[in-house]
Amino acid sequence: MSGNTDPLTPRAKLAVTAGKAAAAVSRAAGRGSGSVIGGKVALRLDPDLLGRLAQHLDVILVSATNGKTTTTRLIAEALRAAGPVVSNALGANMPAGITSALAGGSDAKYGVIEVDEKYLAGVARDTTPKAIALLNLSRDQLDRAAETRMLAEKWREGLAGTKAVVIANADDPLIVWAASSSPNVVWVAAGQEWKDDAWSCPACGGVMQRPGDDWYCGECGFRRPPPSWALHGDHVLDPHGSAWPIHLQLPGRANKANAATSAAVAATFGVPPQVALERMYQVQAVAGRYDVVSFLGRDLRLLLAKNPAGWLETFSLIDPPPTPVILAVNARGADGTDTSWLWDVDYTRLRGHPIFVLGDRKLDLAVRLEVAGLDFRVCETPDEAVQMAPPGRIEAIANYTSFQDLRRRVGN
Amino acid sequence: MSDNSLRLVWIYPDLLSTYGDQGNALVVERRAHQRRLNVTRVDVRSDQPVPTSGDIYLIGGGEDRPQRLAAERLRRDGGLSRAVSNGAIVFSVCAGYQILGHEFVNDLGEREAGLGLLDVVSTRGEGERCVGDVLADIDPQLNLPQLTGFENHQGITHLGPTARPFARVRLGGGNGTGDGTEGAYNGTVFGTYMHGPVMARNPQIADLLLKLALDVNALPPTDDRWYEALRAERVAAATQPA
Repeated sequence: MSGNTDPLTPRAKLAVTAGKAAAAVSRAAGRGSGSVIGGKVALRLDPDLLGRLAQHLDVILVSATNGKTTTTRLIAEALRAAGPVVSNALGANMPAGITSALAGGSDAKYGVIEVDEKYLAGVARDTTPKAIALLNLSRDQLDRAAETRMLAEKWREGLAGTKAVVIANADDPLIVWAASSSPNVVWVAAGQEWKDDAWSCPACGGVMQRPGDDWYCGECGFRRPPPSWALHGDHVLDPHGSAWPIHLQLPGRANKANAATSAAVAATFGVPPQVALERMYQVQAVAGRYDVVSFLGRDLRLLLAKNPAGWLETFSLIDPPPTPVILAVNARGADGTDTSWLWDVDYTRLRGHPIFVLGDRKLDLAVRLEVAGLDFRVCETPDEAVQMAPPGRIEAIANYTSFQDLRRRVGN
Repeated sequence: MSDNSLRLVWIYPDLLSTYGDQGNALVVERRAHQRRLNVTRVDVRSDQPVPTSGDIYLIGGGEDRPQRLAAERLRRDGGLSRAVSNGAIVFSVCAGYQILGHEFVNDLGEREAGLGLLDVVSTRGEGERCVGDVLADIDPQLNLPQLTGFENHQGITHLGPTARPFARVRLGGGNGTGDGTEGAYNGTVFGTYMHGPVMARNPQIADLLLKLALDVNALPPTDDRWYEALRAERVAAATQPA
């Protein structure tokens, strides 16, 4: 009788083996980690494999527009205090990549899984998670993404009645709308600098009132729920009112917010905030993001910002003027081919920084900066930008594929 | 209004600012400042009355539900229609363009009344969305260079007898009617499907609005090299797809 001790059916085992073989072939062929192709092969052989693999685990799902890869890392690190963790740490966040990651962790207790926003409801149905962390929702890839509010609506429908504890950001009205169909929500005041996707009430369409940190709809009464956890400066406030210091190697307010949410998730599994936060210090660069590299004798900090909300959070973490800043923008398929979002970003916040502009769409950026009344130099290559930059560590902010281009060039 | 002082009104950024629409307001402001004109920009949220004393009104693109809410609130408010009857200039994009027409199809699949400021009627296309770079020739009467923009819509807009096509497409969908038209205008009221934002790629449109507002035929020149470089790149990209 293998049923109780080993819930994987022969078909599922075959699927896992076939998936691993496909991944190994893909790796050998130099096509990346092979996790997505491996997962696809495995799911074709056993469409229910994701659910079967998840049965062994306490599953935690993490989704958001921004910060999901980092938060997945922080939660995984915190939960290792309580047991072995398997995670899709490299950001392969659709069902095939997730299946592949879980297939690699047969002895794990926890599965900490980053999920692409569009797949959250489906993955939540397949994996019956114990916890779901929801960080923020904002505009991203407008040429092909669903409307932001529609995404919140889909989450709301998909999570209605979920047995998972939902750990959700009380400061993002779209997140609150999405999470409030769940019976068990832990609200975290994690903040959200970007506000321009939530001026109209997701419930009734009324105009949102946003005095200070509060928000409410003047028409239907939909409002910010009282949080039980909060980010307060450099501290996390827990539900008992104790303040725990956040020490991260990762920079910026947004990562402190990610740490606060991660502490709340860890507490759900019995890991105290102090232990969780101490472990989070281990997390350095995440898939190359925030990495400081040496290139042509200069230090470059590599910062990924994919959408207006991400750029806004990034501007708040860079070193002050006269630190030189490289901005790089592409508009390839993975970036979204519409560059109009550049006009949602307040580049006047870079006043005083020497600015160097790169990427396929450097001319869109040049016009944007010209209209903002900023001085800038347009460069053909990272080498040229770095050579022209005045002394000091250079902050390099890039969107998705231009970030990959930059990493490749600077040898990271 | 004192000489040389312009009131630029940006309508409903809380609902209709999904595609970098602030860019059009920023470009108009910037180009006015470069001509040493005083500009007052007024951003009007959808719970505020639309002032009737503006010179130039901008209204942008948005998602389907916000579009319906914007149409409801603009109809109820009435300020924009009064401003137009006073001779104001209006430049509208995508969802905003549809709202200026007689009617469009809302997020519930129903026909929603617009403001009737342009003689156009919009429906929703059955086929694929029009997404991508567009190249078009603007109506020669407006004396503007070639139009470059980015479109992202499923709307189809039919022009009635008093609306003139703003442009004729060379590449792209435009009004989606298959007759090659893009946008519409009548007097000082303009509509287009072009994002980009359209003024960043076509700063001469911003200048046209300024000239209409000031009732002058020419403006002092500006250094447009970055706009020109971007235009050349986008025209090339549209004509030689990768």
